[in-house]
Amino acid sequence: MDVEAAKMIGAGLACLGMGGAAIGVGIVFGNFLTGALRNPSAASKQFGNLIFGFAMAEAFGIFSLVLAFMILFS
Amino acid sequence: MRSGMIPAIRLTTKAEWKKPDMALASMDPMHQFQVNVVASIHAGPIDISITNVVVAMWFAVGIAIALLFLATSKRALIPGRGQSVAEITYEFIADMIRSTAGSEGLRFFPFVFTLFIFVLASNMLGMVPGFFTVTSQVVVTATLALTVFATVIGYGFYKNGFKFLKLFVPPGVPKIILPFIVLIELMSFFSRPLSHSLRLFANMLGGHTVLKVFAGFVITIGGMSGLASVGAIGPFVFSVAILALEFLVAFLQAYVFAILTCIYLNDALHPGH
Repeated sequence: MDVEAAKMIGAGLACLGMGGAAIGVGIVFGNFLTGALRNPSAASKQFGNLIFGFAMAEAFGIFSLVLAFMILFS
Repeated sequence: MRSGMIPAIRLTTKAEWKKPDMALASMDPMHQFQVNVVASIHAGPIDISITNVVVAMWFAVGIAIALLFLATSKRALIPGRGQSVAEITYEFIADMIRSTAGSEGLRFFPFVFTLFIFVLASNMLGMVPGFFTVTSQVVVTATLALTVFATVIGYGFYKNGFKFLKLFVPPGVPKIILPFIVLIELMSFFSRPLSHSLRLFANMLGGHTVLKVFAGFVITIGGMSGLASVGAIGPFVFSVAILALEFLVAFLQAYVFAILTCIYLNDALHPGH
């Protein structure tokens, strides 16, 4: 197997990490919705926390995407 | 011949831009991130050439300044549409700072507001077809993130002295595992500029790449002979949907960038909890 093909496979494998980020983002928003429906009056104050949690969960998916790009284009 | 510190300015011709032929360019999703030198300027050994990134940043800053000036020029007691938008934006950022960093954080209001408006303007400008997305260049986002990081460290030490280091020592942790906790806190602190910059960069890069990939599908399928070309409607509808999502992401990432700045500044203002 030549290096170019291995690079492609490696980039594809690196993108698997984004699946984990997707699960994490789903958990963050799902739990926010559960909490917000139980106590809607408190929900708007937690919007900042929601976005912060979303950003944290997303960061690692982004890292794996960047890793895939680095494998492909460097 | 360029000599000494006199900048040698030369406009590059379009033929000099690293540009593949158009048939390839329309299919290459990464082509939109190509940095071209528009005017090459050399001050001695330093290359301060104007690239298309710089021009796009001028546009973003210019549009933001023009819109805000226009909106606030009248300063009416009963605001019109433009002034309302400016006031809502002001209150939006002010509320964000108050809720995350407390009212002491408001001294950083100009900083956070500028960051938010700049990122928002360049994200939105990137959504205009044919325009360059400034925030898809990691050098731009890294500069912004490192500015925030330096501000947090500088202001943290300026305001709290060495008590700022309490940030890395959470209270109520058993002595045995304290060194590990401190190590983890240090690592998480120093990986902040990395994640802060890469988040914005990769979101814009990824979103715009997906847009171009699906636009490429439309061209490929639409170029097929006979009835098969009707199938291009599928990716076309999908790319419109992704475009709508990208507008959401463009705003959301500017918001996330600003709120993370506030959260990091909160550490400088109130370390030790």
